[in-house]
Amino acid sequence: MRTRILVTALAVALLLAGCSSGGTRDDGRITLRFQSLAWQEESVEANKELVEEWNAAHPDIRVEYVQGSWDSVHDQLLTSFEGGEAPDIIHDASDDLADFAYGGYLADLTELLPGRLKSDIPPRGWETVTFDDGVYGVPFLQEPRVLIANATWLKESGVRVPTPEAPWSWDEFRRVTKRLGGDGRYGVAWPLKEPVSATLNLSLSAGGRLFHRGDDGKVTVRFEEGDEVVPRTVHEQVNTDRSASPTTLGSGGSDTLPGFFAGKYAMVPLGFSYRQQIVQQAPEGFDWQVLPAPAGAGGLTQGVSPQTLSVAEDCPHKEEAVAFLDFLLRPENMVRLALGDWMLPTGSRALADPALRTAEHGWATGTALAAHLRPAPAQTVRGYPEWKDKVATPALQEYYSGAIGLDELRERLEEDGNLVLARYQR
Amino acid sequence: MRTSTGARVGQYAALLAYLVFLAFPFLWLLSTAFKPPTELASLHPTWIPQDPTLANFRQAFDEQPLLRAALNSLLAALASAVVAVVVATPTAYVMARHRTALARAATGWVVVSQAFPFVLLIIPLFLVLKNLRLIDSVPGLVLVYVVWALPFALWMLTGYVRAVPAELEEAAAVDGAGRLRTLVSVTVPLLAPGIVATALFAFVTAWNEFFFALVLLKTPEKQTLPVVLTHFIGAEGVADLGPLAAAAFLATLPSLVVFAIIQRRITGGVLAGAVKS
Repeated sequence: MRTRILVTALAVALLLAGCSSGGTRDDGRITLRFQSLAWQEESVEANKELVEEWNAAHPDIRVEYVQGSWDSVHDQLLTSFEGGEAPDIIHDASDDLADFAYGGYLADLTELLPGRLKSDIPPRGWETVTFDDGVYGVPFLQEPRVLIANATWLKESGVRVPTPEAPWSWDEFRRVTKRLGGDGRYGVAWPLKEPVSATLNLSLSAGGRLFHRGDDGKVTVRFEEGDEVVPRTVHEQVNTDRSASPTTLGSGGSDTLPGFFAGKYAMVPLGFSYRQQIVQQAPEGFDWQVLPAPAGAGGLTQGVSPQTLSVAEDCPHKEEAVAFLDFLLRPENMVRLALGDWMLPTGSRALADPALRTAEHGWATGTALAAHLRPAPAQTVRGYPEWKDKVATPALQEYYSGAIGLDELRERLEEDGNLVLARYQR
Repeated sequence: MRTSTGARVGQYAALLAYLVFLAFPFLWLLSTAFKPPTELASLHPTWIPQDPTLANFRQAFDEQPLLRAALNSLLAALASAVVAVVVATPTAYVMARHRTALARAATGWVVVSQAFPFVLLIIPLFLVLKNLRLIDSVPGLVLVYVVWALPFALWMLTGYVRAVPAELEEAAAVDGAGRLRTLVSVTVPLLAPGIVATALFAFVTAWNEFFFALVLLKTPEKQTLPVVLTHFIGAEGVADLGPLAAAAFLATLPSLVVFAIIQRRITGGVLAGAVKS
């Protein structure tokens, strides 16, 4: 009986093997697989159109559009790399690249990138994709965190409306939210489901650094004056002023929108691309506007992890893949991608496009912030993911909810945090 | 023994509460699928959409190849169910009827294999399939699903085989039936509820499976429904909720239909009265 089962199983396996497609076709012309993570309707459309335009102009180098998903991209890429089946051109984010770059899965593009593209994207953009002197991707879209505000509420309250030229300071922001709140309504709703990246990125504006690299190249955590400003502001708004909703601290950005539309919160700090959801979901007549996040000793500076396009190390046609990237990221095409994703392009020429300078939907406010965006502080720090998950996330959540004070927050971020980082830097 | 009216009312109340608990996510999905974007962002959501719309369904079909993905899923799930049953039925019979050391070891393996998280398996599995040239093919995916479903299917079917009285097989043997004839004419018909339950388990597991399909299928035309559904989800978990709910609602229908059709077979007392006790 066992033999029969074995024979059946083998027969099934052989039958299945006979039915398989046989892998990538390569009938004389080059075929490159481009895995895109675009997901919004306009964005998918823009990506597909650009691929079609490329294919029409380059019949010998065909690009195949493959739809990926943000939800699972890291695991999926890791498995594909290990199995030697990764897409040739890879869409991801700079904070996800370190493992792949250090692991040798991505091609170093330093010598392959055309001068036009190199000079179009400012050096701070390239910093986000540089690991050990190699360039492992092209940063192309990014988004600052902005304040989405109920324009009517702001107007009626008479508070000064900030602009990129004259932003609120963190103290002024706290005073404004205190003035706006009351009667069960709040001046601000902080969606801090992922508190670490939001806190670290905004803390650059107050001169926060948190991660300090010594002469020996090792990184340590020091929670200094500049690092305190943003967490303390949020903590005070929630626990002292009662001007920030305590219930949204564990929410994602989308979860705060119903309360925002219902007039429960005057402002919500969100990524720039959330505007698309607001346009789609806001009740008719709801008047909203985009304000810059508050500024501190570091001005309007913020940390960002741009979306990136990389080439797999295993790709046999790297030059052709980079040629496609060059086409995809031409200024006019970068604008199309940016509009599709409701984000900012990294390229200087694309940023200057009038379509991104309009006041409608707050585009002009966003583009004015582009010059202040810097690489997210922690993305090249070894051990950051563990520090974030095991130390920083619970510590910040407890601090924001009022369960612990600033001293304990500092102690946990520094002492517990440095123990974690030390393990990665022996 | 008579149950008091109060106890009976309590039982029904508990049953009702359980049904509501089970049905809540599905009903909420249904409600969301028919709501326009403005209602989805309402602070006081309603069960019945105030301004019901089919726009979410339209958008879902416009943006993603749902029909093709559903066909791929159906093909993978049906094939997995059939192959799993074909392989598991005779194996379970041997494991139940022949208490050898090998059968005991196989049972142990079945239990232990349930403890392995699939993330540990995916890379070696990927390499094995690559060598067999089964990456990026629905048959390759079916092979994985069958292997994945087999331990539990075996465990489940072994229990069903044990429940079939050996006396029936002995009676067949007395009447002159050979081992194969006994298996085909006596045991397998009595195992029908178990086979159906196993097939259903394999079908639903394959229909819902996401990660293997994501990793193994490269060509967009071959992607299955759970993979395509994630295309409605963006960075940081932001989702295009309306179309996602519409597509997810449609994706749950086949499982419900399959359940509705064969549930009587699972619960039916095929063995009732077979043996005098």
